[in-house]
Amino acid sequence: MKADPVGVLTGMHYLDGDKACAEGGIAAGCRFFAGYPITPSTEVAERVAERFPLVGGMFIQMEDELASITAVLGAAWAGVKSMTVTSGPGFSLMMENIGLGAMLETPCVVVNVQRGGPSTGLPTLPGQADMMQAKWGSHGDYEIIALSPNSPQECFDLTITAFNFSEKYRVPVLFMMDECVGHMTEKVIIPEADKIEITPRRFTSKKPGQYLPYEPNKDLVPDMVEAGNGYFFHITGLTHDERGYPDMSWQTQEKCVHRLVDKIRKNSDDIYLYEEENFEKAEIVVISYGITSRVALRGIQLAQADGIKNIGHLRLITVWPFPEKVIRKLASKIKVFVVPEMNYGQMVLEVERCAGGQCKTLLVPHGGGTVHKPECIYEAIKEAIK
Amino acid sequence: MKAEPSEKIQTKAKAQVVLENNQLHPLSEWLRMERIPHIWCSTCGIGTAVTCFIEAIKKSQIPREDIVVVSGIGCSGRIAGYIKLDSFHTTHGRAVPFAVGLKLAKPKLKVVVFSGDGDLISIGGNHFIHTARRNLDITVLCINNFIYAMTGGQLAPTTPLTAVATTAPYGSYENPFNLPLLAASCGANYVARWTVLHVRQLTNAINEALNKKGFSFIEIICPCTTHYARKNKLGTGLDLMKFYHDNSEIAHGADVRDVDIQFQSKIKVGKFIDIEKPSYLDQYNQYLQQKLGKNFKPYGVTNEKEH
Repeated sequence: MKADPVGVLTGMHYLDGDKACAEGGIAAGCRFFAGYPITPSTEVAERVAERFPLVGGMFIQMEDELASITAVLGAAWAGVKSMTVTSGPGFSLMMENIGLGAMLETPCVVVNVQRGGPSTGLPTLPGQADMMQAKWGSHGDYEIIALSPNSPQECFDLTITAFNFSEKYRVPVLFMMDECVGHMTEKVIIPEADKIEITPRRFTSKKPGQYLPYEPNKDLVPDMVEAGNGYFFHITGLTHDERGYPDMSWQTQEKCVHRLVDKIRKNSDDIYLYEEENFEKAEIVVISYGITSRVALRGIQLAQADGIKNIGHLRLITVWPFPEKVIRKLASKIKVFVVPEMNYGQMVLEVERCAGGQCKTLLVPHGGGTVHKPECIYEAIKEAIK
Repeated sequence: MKAEPSEKIQTKAKAQVVLENNQLHPLSEWLRMERIPHIWCSTCGIGTAVTCFIEAIKKSQIPREDIVVVSGIGCSGRIAGYIKLDSFHTTHGRAVPFAVGLKLAKPKLKVVVFSGDGDLISIGGNHFIHTARRNLDITVLCINNFIYAMTGGQLAPTTPLTAVATTAPYGSYENPFNLPLLAASCGANYVARWTVLHVRQLTNAINEALNKKGFSFIEIICPCTTHYARKNKLGTGLDLMKFYHDNSEIAHGADVRDVDIQFQSKIKVGKFIDIEKPSYLDQYNQYLQQKLGKNFKPYGVTNEKEH
């Protein structure tokens, strides 16, 4: 279906990534927002607070991040698209209920504008060190979807994609921005509403009495209902059967959790989003995401100017599920992956795993607080081909 | 191997439901009978509170599909699993914010949080005070059994001074919360307390709370014989009900500062607060309408819903 025109500010804008993200959410049909202020994500909440009363949305500033994510889940079960926004410390606080969202199969979007960590770290400065937390942050086994934008334009576009994935797969989608992308201001083009494709909620067509909350469709995703429509359904964070009723047996655990994992893994080809450059001739492939992908581009240009021509670039847009197939295929024909990221080695572990020893992997670490110097990436490329 | 005895007990209990009654439970229409028998111990008061709740819903005339129940974790957290309404069993302490999301996203719902004292007031305490402060339109029914029962009898924020718990083996030296005072001082529109002995009053109070705008709160004093009474040598479930009978004092309109509960003290019960402050949703709509005029789009008007 197409976007509701009421929420769409069609036209050319000069926006920072945070505000573009807010507009993306509104365009995607988000009408419930619960959040708690935290730098550098606060501008998203501020924008939503200003815009929602004008577009029929419900904004509430909650007492903390635990409440924010939980209210977002509650709103989703009332049939409304919902989101929250935070940064590192708040992301940590949200983890338990991101797990509840995964277990209840609740569509919603959680934005993390990453700053330097651990702990309070660098509140106003960038980091990319929550990437593994996005995958593994809540206890137990589940699969999650996470996207990483590298410009304000993508903050708009991919927030819509995040909502669409969350509806299609009934899973919280984590939108992993960083302070640079959040605070940089660039041109953002917002298309007309009828050019924006929106995935609607998968409401069941079954009648009360016939409906089972966790009876999966062929794609392993069950249809949903909303509270207040006479279905008298029950859902629980406990391990549950297709009726949504708790059952403390290993058989039900296997059925319940295996599907949570499989519904993402088996559909991952549909979820992988990435950009590739010069894969055909590459012997070296730089893998990057978020703001670092733009710095990496300059590093590659410096290397090319120095006569190193056989460099490819893979920019991860979907970071979770990790695009294993792409990496495996590349690893069989190149010499080395160069992986710059604003941490001391997170996504590089996945690259290494998927490369499986077929080629070398070289991390270009950075603690955060600023972006890499392009020269560091250039030097790493030189080092890599030695 | 461990599962075997409990399975046997369950089978036996199921057989009893059929054999002794040979007919359906009078509230079977309101319960998920396929989940009965429930997990609550014999002489636990939670079942009585659930009965009062269902009777109150029947009285309230509120359409059944509009009422949703949200519970957290603990013995009382299991209530959501047995009531045949749209019902949500959430995480420990987070029933209130989940309810806030449901209510604000679909204001026609009558959202009831039904949970325990540890869940609502300890780990969920911050949500409780802020939702009361906002006078947000939900009803909170708090089963207070003075202890963490599900985990085996640990100290709760409601455990009276000197009462024994597994993590207070020599008795508690912490001051407990006075729940009506807490709710009232935060800004609740309706505050009452009853014990599960007061079934008629409790039913009426829940009906009143359901029909109240803003934040309504009822503390339900409830026996836990397995942990609280056993640890404190207070006797059987019947002894506790007798204690409530002999020691409850109906004190409508009492100053909430005076209704604190000491170990085996008199228990003041009744309706303490019943006021008409504008609720969160009233304030939201009225203020923004006034401030933004025709630019204000009341919530829900533009929701894209094609079903």
